[in-house]
Amino acid sequence: MSPIINLIIFSCLGIAMLALSIMAITTKSLLRSATYLLMVLLCTAGFYLLLNYHFLAAVQVSVYAGGVVILFIFAIFLTTSKGEVLLKHQTRRYILGLLGIVAGIGLTAFVLFKHQFLYESNTSMVGDKEVSMSLIGQTLMGTDKYQYLLPFEVLSVLLLACIIGGILIARKK
Amino acid sequence: MFHFKVVTDWIDEFLRTNLNEGWTLLIEFILIGVAILTVYAVLALLLIWLERKVCAFFQCRLGPTRVGPWGLLQSVADMIKILLKEIIHLNHVDPRLFRLASFLVIIASLCTFGAIPFDKGLHAVDFNIGVFYLLAVSSLGVVGILLAGWSSNSKYTMIGAMRSGAQLISYELSCGLSLLTIVMLSGTMQLSQIVELQADGWFIFKGGIPAIIAFVIYLIAGHAETNRGPFDLPEAESELTAGYHTEYSGIQFGFFYLAEYLNMFIIAAIAATMFLGGWMPLHTPWEGVNTIMDYIPPVIWFFGKTFFCVFLALWVRWAFPRLRIDQLLKLEWKILMPIGLVNILLMALWVLIFN
Repeated sequence: MSPIINLIIFSCLGIAMLALSIMAITTKSLLRSATYLLMVLLCTAGFYLLLNYHFLAAVQVSVYAGGVVILFIFAIFLTTSKGEVLLKHQTRRYILGLLGIVAGIGLTAFVLFKHQFLYESNTSMVGDKEVSMSLIGQTLMGTDKYQYLLPFEVLSVLLLACIIGGILIARKK
Repeated sequence: MFHFKVVTDWIDEFLRTNLNEGWTLLIEFILIGVAILTVYAVLALLLIWLERKVCAFFQCRLGPTRVGPWGLLQSVADMIKILLKEIIHLNHVDPRLFRLASFLVIIASLCTFGAIPFDKGLHAVDFNIGVFYLLAVSSLGVVGILLAGWSSNSKYTMIGAMRSGAQLISYELSCGLSLLTIVMLSGTMQLSQIVELQADGWFIFKGGIPAIIAFVIYLIAGHAETNRGPFDLPEAESELTAGYHTEYSGIQFGFFYLAEYLNMFIIAAIAATMFLGGWMPLHTPWEGVNTIMDYIPPVIWFFGKTFFCVFLALWVRWAFPRLRIDQLLKLEWKILMPIGLVNILLMALWVLIFN
């Protein structure tokens, strides 16, 4: 795609994401917050699609939209009654939040300007290559250098422990 | 064989020779969007008519007969009626989430619809990770249903939404596992590739026993995903009025209604693509039969297979009584999912031995 179209799509996604992020933290209803968060996460998936990284986009949608946000919504359903789903906004939290934002911008700017980007000299390569699914699968399941079978298995054990813990807590008696 | 690729390629080339890239892309986006929306709406009308006719057949009735030949225009009349209906505004609801919910459901359904390969060249979204994309995007609809249930401020909708959420999340697992079985057999997740690979025999024949088990699991789990009876307890009309969309009226209800019918079509279309060869004609070892089969256009093959699966779904609806919620969850977690997991092992053995 030509750079102008890329830029248009990028700025649309970026503006939508910024607006939705602000709405997610300023709205008073907890469930609305969760919904705006879902939209922010979908915009992130849009960025991955723009980078031609379809796999990560689908992971983003299925893990966050299909998993995390639905868990949030269920948790909100189960823990709060209808009248309580309002958040209080305090000035102290705003100040702390602002400090967090400044620190985040500083860190990102530092990394952006310090880092030597791999494709900076050769702009024709940016975003035009798609990582194939079989390559991702082999990297995830391989035992050689730069392959990730061991971390994958360790994570599986961690998740198994979480599941067993959940059953123990939820079990009656 | 006549493929629609000729037509779509010609449009693409025509636009590219006359306009620059940006305008070409813009016009193509709009054309594809309009085409998908049109097919979506027309298929919904057809499916509603089909359901009424098939239900009538199973109950020894005639179904709609008065509007148009065989009652064909009945659903068109219904569509006009629903478009003209008033949207009732409720007190004490969260209006923004209330409105958003119906859109979320239909957007999830449309995104999935775009990835269905109708024919070579009639395929809007063809990612490298097609199957995964389908599973990911279809999970968005659950959020819409949960929001609809909560924001309507009614007990019926709330109970309906909770049931529906539990049901959809559970049955997504079985759907995913059975599709994974076929991905193992094909070695690719791209839907166009999967269809091409079935040129010398559909996967349900090539995959043997594991593929047949996966097909049955997918039909059951997919049917549960569409919230239709015997799995229709999210909207069990005798207990919950209409479940999560009780409070919706006019076109907002129409969106839920549309998405429900189209989800049935989408599940059937994915079943047809993954197991029954999509638009690929039936190819046998005999050359003569193959040539005859190739004369039938691929689009007709695709819709024939899909409507066969839709017919199965309609049949099941009138053949079994509604399940209870504990039976429903037991069926998934204690029966379907273990079978699905063992079936993946079976398929691995099958691939190792026969390929």
